[in-house]
Amino acid sequence: MTPVAVMVGANRIVPAAGIIHPLGGADLSPDEERALRRRIVERALQALQTEVVGPTVFTGESPAAPPGGAPAS
Amino acid sequence: MRAEPLRVVCYVNQFFGQLGGEERAGAGPEVRPGAVGSARAVQQALSEHGTVVATVICGDNYVAEQLDRAVGEIAALVAAERPDLVVAGPAFLAGRYGVACGALCAAVEAGLGVPAVTGMAAENPGVDLYRRRVHIARTGTEASRMLDEARRLVALGLALARREPLGSPAEAGYFARGLTANAVVERSAAERAVDMLLDKLAGRPVTSEVPLPAFKKVAPPPALGGVRRAKIALVTDGGIVPLGNPDGIEPLAATRFGAYPIAGRDALDPALFDNVHRGYDTTYVKQDPHRLVPLDVVRELEQRGDIGEVHHTVYSTVGVATTLANSERMGREIAEQLRAAGVDAVILTST
Repeated sequence: MTPVAVMVGANRIVPAAGIIHPLGGADLSPDEERALRRRIVERALQALQTEVVGPTVFTGESPAAPPGGAPAS
Repeated sequence: MRAEPLRVVCYVNQFFGQLGGEERAGAGPEVRPGAVGSARAVQQALSEHGTVVATVICGDNYVAEQLDRAVGEIAALVAAERPDLVVAGPAFLAGRYGVACGALCAAVEAGLGVPAVTGMAAENPGVDLYRRRVHIARTGTEASRMLDEARRLVALGLALARREPLGSPAEAGYFARGLTANAVVERSAAERAVDMLLDKLAGRPVTSEVPLPAFKKVAPPPALGGVRRAKIALVTDGGIVPLGNPDGIEPLAATRFGAYPIAGRDALDPALFDNVHRGYDTTYVKQDPHRLVPLDVVRELEQRGDIGEVHHTVYSTVGVATTLANSERMGREIAEQLRAAGVDAVILTST
């Protein structure tokens, strides 16, 4: 859903793990799931500490994609 | 069509009823025979088609401070005049007056079965509150154009009273009521879409049949200096609610949000939470609410000192078929509460 978030103008966007469990994964072990959740939250905290000029998707590869940057999922 | 003129009752506020200005805004409802104040413009617009038999006047504050009771009183006075049509306003940009006009028209139509019409400018809060329930003529903002604006209300009102087909909101000059009307058109959707595309390619003007909402640009807030001293709040549009859904958050097209305390909790117990969102399969987030609201992880980060503080309340609503207007309003209300609580940043998890 990151394209929608970009379209409506959310400024700091972190791709998550999916619509039915954005911060988890039903196929993962409890430990793996918690680690995944932690990575997404930490990326959100990183995004909050990054200056942006418009809707920006924070993919794993670079700290800040260009405005309107490509969604990761 | 009726041969005899319609009996029309007008509603006006203290100002347009010539009682006085703000100093008379507390005045209770009263009835005057015939057309008084701005109702005379309604009479002029009606011409031989109708007679304003009475004008009900009431102060704006009297209505605004006790809406249900005041509207009940006004509607009773209106009913006693046995109207065929009720014309309220026009209210232009006057907010209290617009709300009173909308509420009265809704009460008259629902309670008395009498057609009612009002009019106001697009920015009047009465428009969003009542346009789905009553016909509100689109007026300008200038009371100096009273007769022209009264003509709009009267044209709409006469059509309603005569049970004539109104035409689309754009054609008939009233605010869209959110209804879908079936219409037979000459060309299929595929043909119209191709026509539109050809027009677009040729640089000709194109009008969409589906007006899209305009998303306002929100300037990005500056980056946080550091999260180690920041207070972070968790917000979601993923539909988590305490068991029993105490706030009655709607499963779709939500108009409400909930504020749920998490102080002293390290985790969200699935036995204590439900999920009312009807836009996705909620099986997995019901099994483990942290898949939606990452309280376990943010608590851990808080305890390690990586986050200054986790805000003591989680805000939740349902983001499916939720109107832009309600989303904006709820976002604003949540943001006001968060700001008042000294929250520095939000992690909003969305499905």
